[in-house]
Amino acid sequence: MADEHAIATKLPVGAIDTRATGWWAMIFTVFTEASLFAYLLFSYYYLAVQPHLPGTFPQGGTPTLSLALPDTIILLSSSIAVAWAQFHIEHNDKRHLVWGLAIAAFLGMIFVAIQYFEWADKSFSLPSSTYSSLYFTVTGFHMAHVIVGVFILWALCFWSAKGYFNRVRYAHIHIGGLYWHFVDAVWIFIFFTFYITPLLGLKS
Amino acid sequence: MTAAEFERYERAPTIAPATKPGLAEALKQLWETEPGIKGILGTVDHKKIGLRYIVTAFAFLIAGGVEALIFRLQLAGPNLKLLTPEQYDQLFTMHGMTMIFLYAGPILSGFSNYLWPLILGARDMALPRLNALSYWIYLCSGIFMYAAFLFGFGPNDGWFNYVPYAARAYNGGPNIDFYALGIILLGISTTVGSINFVVTFLRLRAPGMSLNRIPILAWGTVTASAANIFAIPAVSLAFFLLWLDRNLGTHFFDVPAGGQPLLWQHLFWMFGHPWVYAIVLPAMGMVSDGLPVFCRRPLVGYTAVALGTVATMVLGFGVWVHHMFATGLPSISLSFFSAASIIIVVPSAVAVFAWIATIWTGKPVFTTAFMFFASFIVLFTIGGVSGFMTGSVPVDWQLTDTYFVVAHIHYVLIGINVFPVAGAIYFWFPKFTGKMLDERLGRWNFWTMFVGFNLGFFPMHISGLLGMPRRIYTYPDGMGWDWLNLITTFGAFVFAVGVLLLIINIVVSHRRGAAAGANPWDAPTLEWSVSSPPPPYNFAVIPTIGSRHPLWEGRFPPEADESRSYIEGGMVLDRGRETIATSALDAQPSVILKMPEDSLSPIVLALALTAFFAGLGLNWWWLAAIGIAAVGIDLFVWLWPEPSLGETAEPANG
Amino acid sequence: MLRFDSPKGLCLLRPGAAAIFLAPFAPSAAFAAPLNYLLGHGDKAYPVVALTWGVTIIAAAVIVIIALLVSGAIWHRRGLAFEAPGHLLETSRPGRGASWIWMGVGLSSLVLLFAIVWTMRVLAQVAYPSSAAPFTIEVTGKQWWWQVRYLADDTARVFATANEIHIPTGVPLKFKLIGGDVIHSFWVPALSGKTDTIPGQTNETWLEAKRPGVYRGQCTEYCGLQHAHMGMMVVAQTPQAFRAWWDHQLQSPAPTTNGQVAAGRIDFAMHCGSCHTVRGTEASGILGPDLSHLMTRRTIAAATLPNTPANLVRWISDPQGVKPGAFMQKPELTSHELADILAYLKSLK
Repeated sequence: MADEHAIATKLPVGAIDTRATGWWAMIFTVFTEASLFAYLLFSYYYLAVQPHLPGTFPQGGTPTLSLALPDTIILLSSSIAVAWAQFHIEHNDKRHLVWGLAIAAFLGMIFVAIQYFEWADKSFSLPSSTYSSLYFTVTGFHMAHVIVGVFILWALCFWSAKGYFNRVRYAHIHIGGLYWHFVDAVWIFIFFTFYITPLLGLKS
Repeated sequence: MTAAEFERYERAPTIAPATKPGLAEALKQLWETEPGIKGILGTVDHKKIGLRYIVTAFAFLIAGGVEALIFRLQLAGPNLKLLTPEQYDQLFTMHGMTMIFLYAGPILSGFSNYLWPLILGARDMALPRLNALSYWIYLCSGIFMYAAFLFGFGPNDGWFNYVPYAARAYNGGPNIDFYALGIILLGISTTVGSINFVVTFLRLRAPGMSLNRIPILAWGTVTASAANIFAIPAVSLAFFLLWLDRNLGTHFFDVPAGGQPLLWQHLFWMFGHPWVYAIVLPAMGMVSDGLPVFCRRPLVGYTAVALGTVATMVLGFGVWVHHMFATGLPSISLSFFSAASIIIVVPSAVAVFAWIATIWTGKPVFTTAFMFFASFIVLFTIGGVSGFMTGSVPVDWQLTDTYFVVAHIHYVLIGINVFPVAGAIYFWFPKFTGKMLDERLGRWNFWTMFVGFNLGFFPMHISGLLGMPRRIYTYPDGMGWDWLNLITTFGAFVFAVGVLLLIINIVVSHRRGAAAGANPWDAPTLEWSVSSPPPPYNFAVIPTIGSRHPLWEGRFPPEADESRSYIEGGMVLDRGRETIATSALDAQPSVILKMPEDSLSPIVLALALTAFFAGLGLNWWWLAAIGIAAVGIDLFVWLWPEPSLGETAEPANG
Repeated sequence: MLRFDSPKGLCLLRPGAAAIFLAPFAPSAAFAAPLNYLLGHGDKAYPVVALTWGVTIIAAAVIVIIALLVSGAIWHRRGLAFEAPGHLLETSRPGRGASWIWMGVGLSSLVLLFAIVWTMRVLAQVAYPSSAAPFTIEVTGKQWWWQVRYLADDTARVFATANEIHIPTGVPLKFKLIGGDVIHSFWVPALSGKTDTIPGQTNETWLEAKRPGVYRGQCTEYCGLQHAHMGMMVVAQTPQAFRAWWDHQLQSPAPTTNGQVAAGRIDFAMHCGSCHTVRGTEASGILGPDLSHLMTRRTIAAATLPNTPANLVRWISDPQGVKPGAFMQKPELTSHELADILAYLKSLK
């Protein structure tokens, strides 16, 4: 085999779909972020099961869904928009890619705005009680992730508009999309913990 | 898009001999870090980063060691008044924090950073800029915490920092704030480093290096890294919640308002115990790879040892409560964690007997590295059985928080980390520098460290059994501890002399050592196939791997799963910085990766993050705001899709 | 040997077997280790001590066996010397070796299983006392001393003391453990292992002493500047002696006739009374230890100093010199007032 020759099969070059190292890195970033939220929710349940004054978990009674439910639907819709964008770039449709990302980023911003009103609506603030500390810290961690995600979506939208991506080169989109889907998925856990569980009567 | 268009994004690499004329020069041109300040600050070469990790971690080892020597003087006899209680408390906390967080983990990251691409047959880590970022954040967090210490605000609540003593009400100064933020910052470094190791392990092994052909060092580090990915958020969160409690008035640990001190202990030890394994498994891996070289035979029980490594960590996530046996948890739950803590000995026993069998059935070559590795087996056993004793709940109710546990943690950290690391330095220093360490000085070095260590730390078991509590800044006479402590202090100084001899050997041999050549020990793994020190691109062509010991092939009949490796030739990847990625299980070529050039983004990001944390620590919110904005801008620049990295529609060169 | 009625009360337990085992490490003829846990002195301690010795012996045996195997492995082939860098060395792959792992791990697993069963057995044995405890003692860990309250159904018999816990022999006693500020750990090695005192939760433990004696205890969870000086004494007495002690503790100080003591009582109330209590007097502070019947205690400042007049003066006139960082501040006293207070304290029998 001393001679120089080419191997028979061709190999793709560069950042390709799920073979991009960045995509693998994002998978494990999501693992570590998911662990963070798991530990946050562990802290919530740990403190919730300790002896405390009745009616303090949740503080102020069962939280209302009037803002949280539409907010949840908006956030989940934004994931659909990203998935739609991902679908279209795999078919080389760059225009729908830009639109999908822009819609998702807008929905993300609306989520943040509604969440702001949800916070303002609360009768308690961060230092009021252990419950309030947990509520604002956990939803605050999530809010921070949404804000980071919105920046990512706008950056991707900007790069997409510049025509950087096509049917082969879309690793950035899938990496950013993975992050956004995670941010949305983890909200479901938080939403259930803080809104649905007390609604079902599990409160103390 | 047509098939022809798609072809712009793929190619069939050329196969050529490694000695192909002009190839080495071309690759050197591509891969070498440019000289000057930009190269120093911007390099992404894993070998440079690895050495920086090792040197920095060693500097912290010395700092932590000096701290220990100072307070060992205070404990040399009863009722000594060399240090005030506050000085003692900061010194012992800094010592623990330094050794556990700034030395023990990073030193192993350093070796793995340097060695991984070389033993796996790649040209760099999977994410070279992330690698640089990991180092720079580590350095910044170390300086961050040491700066606080030098201003008199070192942490003073022990490395595990129990609340409520760490709460504002009992610890009013900024000490704990800086510790909390420093550990969160360091956690970012460890996390990105761990992600890099895992992705490299899964994707950057040379073609043919299937899961059963990976050196144990890589198994150890990947296991530790995977654990870090899941465990570090626990400690980062704990410290962040504590910081919120101290600065923004939350009540996670605030008892009068319903907070729980034990929440801290759960979060801390859910991280803490896996971390203990994270700082020994890679070191055990170094022994598993290094010892057989000096026994002139492959490791006995490779598969069992690799699986044992992973099993240890899996079980390691289920034993955190054994740090909390005395907190009043119900006996029925203690019994579970007790049994788990005893059963975790089994995978360690696998490794111990594999090492002994390797020596027994091999032909030992008496080098300094061999002596460190072989003596490690005994130290590992001592640290292991004392751990087994603490796993038994009723016994632990006596042992815990006495010097017995101090002895245990030092046999674990020195016995299972420092001794393998010292052996690894003797083993791989020739690869790092092209020079041999002096073997005669090496003997002195080994025996001084070995005798000093056992003299200093074995008596701690006895002072523990005689009831000496840990973390006391002085003790009265008449407790039966005087002689033991005097011996311990004396031994600690002898051990320090041993470490000094190691440093002297490194400094002297670096200048005057004998030339090493590519493979001074006649060792079997890939890193020894390239020159010492290795060229910036590591491998002129990508090797193909057919067994666990490519450089020993042909010396004994091959086993069923072995074929011949091909190192003399392979894929020529010379159109820019390139390396090959392979499939995760069987390591078949999957994609030609375009690797990044040197970049200033990592160091800028590290500095911006440090500014953010410094702003939080000083409550200078404007600085925190600037820092986080700079982080965002830096990431935007860093992640900008690059044609040269094959990230954009515009085809890469090739 | 166990002179619990000794005025200094610091007579130390002599760990006979341990002393022989440890003799090489403690050449001193007066060897004594009051906090050792290799000897137990009660129903809770006995099974734990046996288990401790058991696992210690297993551990020591394993270390010896492994050290012998490693040495044997090295010496039986007497290895090659390293010649020169790059020199090719003989390499082989002997087939045997794997059996070491299966044999070694198999044997280890049996020993480990045995240890687990023994552990569970002891855990169950010591979880609860075999008979009901006649009363409960409440111990609160505080920076850096122990508040002790004797609980009884008859509230007239409830009283508080500090740093010295008297118990009757031969009966198990329940302890309620409370975290007063930060986490401390309650530990009397000769009688019982550790249980933390954690703010926000009440832990329980129990212990029992078979024979009269003075057993030293110590805080073992790091709790700040004076963690080193947070000791206590557990004094086990015959049930009769204990009953007498309790009765005595309930008494108020006798009306004083001595002029210096009377003056000291007033000075004490003024300078010390906002932190310390002497029952039946104006001094009713709750921040520091209750000092009623101070002179019945063997030590002061949480077992830091023997309770002698000289040490009382030293402690009162320079608390920060004795326990730097302690919350006891130096009172502004003339030497006359100090002498009066000392005379008063000496009257608190």
